Amino acid sequence: MKIIVCMKQVPDAKDVRLDPVTNTLAREGVQSIMNPYDQHALEEAVRLKEAHAGEVIAITMGPPQAEEILRQAISCGADSGVLVSDRAFAGADTWATAYTLEHALKKIGGFDLILCGKQAIDGDTAQVGPGLATRLGIPYVTCVQKIRESSATGLVAERMMDDGYDLVALDYPALLTVVKDINEPRVPSIKGKMKAKKAEIVRLSAADIEADPACIGLPGSPTKVVNVFPPPSRAERSVLQGTLDEQIDQLVEKLKVYL
Amino acid sequence: MDYFLTEEQQMIVDIARQITDERIIPNRAELDEKHEFPRHILNEMAQADLFGVPIPEEFGGLGGGCFDIVLTVEQLGRGCIGVGTAFAANFLGVYPIIISGSPEMKEKYLPDIAAGKKFGAFGLTEANAGSDASGIQTTAVLDGDEWVLNGTKQWITNGGEAQVYSIVAITDRSRGPRGASMFVVEEGDPGFSCGPKEKKMGIRASSTTELIFKDCRIPKNRLIGREGTGFITVMKTLDLSRPGIAALGVGLAQGALDEAVKYAKQRQQFGKPIIAFQAVQHMLADMAIGIESARSLVYASAKHIQNHPKDMSKASSMCKVYATDMAMKVTTDAVQVMGGYGYMCEYPVEKMMRDAKILQIYEGTNQIQRNVIGQELNKEYS
Repeated sequence: MKIIVCMKQVPDAKDVRLDPVTNTLAREGVQSIMNPYDQHALEEAVRLKEAHAGEVIAITMGPPQAEEILRQAISCGADSGVLVSDRAFAGADTWATAYTLEHALKKIGGFDLILCGKQAIDGDTAQVGPGLATRLGIPYVTCVQKIRESSATGLVAERMMDDGYDLVALDYPALLTVVKDINEPRVPSIKGKMKAKKAEIVRLSAADIEADPACIGLPGSPTKVVNVFPPPSRAERSVLQGTLDEQIDQLVEKLKVYL
Repeated sequence: MDYFLTEEQQMIVDIARQITDERIIPNRAELDEKHEFPRHILNEMAQADLFGVPIPEEFGGLGGGCFDIVLTVEQLGRGCIGVGTAFAANFLGVYPIIISGSPEMKEKYLPDIAAGKKFGAFGLTEANAGSDASGIQTTAVLDGDEWVLNGTKQWITNGGEAQVYSIVAITDRSRGPRGASMFVVEEGDPGFSCGPKEKKMGIRASSTTELIFKDCRIPKNRLIGREGTGFITVMKTLDLSRPGIAALGVGLAQGALDEAVKYAKQRQQFGKPIIAFQAVQHMLADMAIGIESARSLVYASAKHIQNHPKDMSKASSMCKVYATDMAMKVTTDAVQVMGGYGYMCEYPVEKMMRDAKILQIYEGTNQIQRNVIGQELNKEYS
């Protein structure tokens, strides 16, 4: 079974700044981590590999330093890593990213299952997974909270919904995006870390994947960020004091205003 | 302080730290309260290869030495020495096989230990044989192709949880210390059972039970090393494992200092954070000095032991005494710095103080360690 895990290097949520000129996230000097949802996608891929044999390939589109998360993926059980990197990819929105990943996967050739995190914690769009599946013409399930059954030919997944879950059965090839409830990602192993240190990361450029220059990076992105601003601070808040009964009385008084 | 670790040593520290921060610390209070064995956490450590650290590479381990295991255990100790004790006592059970076992015995047990599929325990102590190991009553008699064991071991860490037990029994009482031998007893061997879990003051995540042998029959080839070499194997095992106990002390004390400093910076009295008061500052400074000096001694001792396997005893005993007495003092002072809050179970330092006490007692009391150091000095100056 060949499983692809798409991942993204994102700024650590504890340390986010905006570039005031470009209105995009400032990446320089900010601690980078593997997108947390992608860690869950990787863990699920490794568990499927352990159950059915096969290989797990981690792939990311990003700057050269995104190689770090591919090595991290190998230390946690991935067999190899592919870095899709080119200056021409810079500024890609979700459409251009899905296009780029589609071409990279065609270059890698053949797969049974693609796993993605539900969304990246920087852009928060949740579009790349479904976009990629659509471009590849394969079925997808988003927000998977559990894989109930799996075999070397297909699986049954629970799709998280507001009021419960959907049960979806599908055959490979297919794509899933996963939520954090699906598993608890493992800690890297010592042997995995040693393997990751020595691993050779495959690098693919725009030319390698035969991408149309008009479809990648900023020029290939239909989305334009017009303005980014912090949300206005919330209206006045107050903390009710006193005994429980006193607090309830105060609360009732406050609510009466709205009647 | 920077101890100039190699890249591989740093990897071990990073992984042990991650497991401590993400798996041990969030669960330690519950494990303590419920006296619950941390099976789930130990499985994660196995998955991360930590059980392979001191196992030779030819048997599926990483081939690390005393220093590597010290680095691992120190991190675990920062989170919970109950969990750390379960992990460390596994190796106490396995070292006799590594030190004195035959190649076939190593092949049989070590790969499963390295992979975390099997778990070890060490059985020496009895009701009347603690510091004075010559009081051992458990016997082993050869009957055809089988050894027959009879007796009861007391306060055995990992009892009931381990699959592989290294047991000391008397094979020839007339030969005194040279009449003891070591055996591997496996979970499920006929005539072998474990008593109920003991209730303890601290390290409640670790399991402590009696081991009961009633005409327990094991194959002849379960003898570790040669007949009569049991005490030699025991001494070498303890010399090798004691720096691990010292490292638990360093880690535990570090965890207590971390809590105390965090608290002292945030607790306001007389209009200031209490860390601004010299009385508190000096306590914290003394705690930091104690920890760093113990850490230096433990690291140096572990490296010495790794390179001088015939000269382990004094270094092993010195680091054990120093680091564990320090841990008792530092955890007690952490409770003092935190005052009433420190005494309450909502904060982790009361558990740390309860846990610390065992470090001065097990794997040879600190009084016995001082005897060893004194005797070594007597020899050195003769």
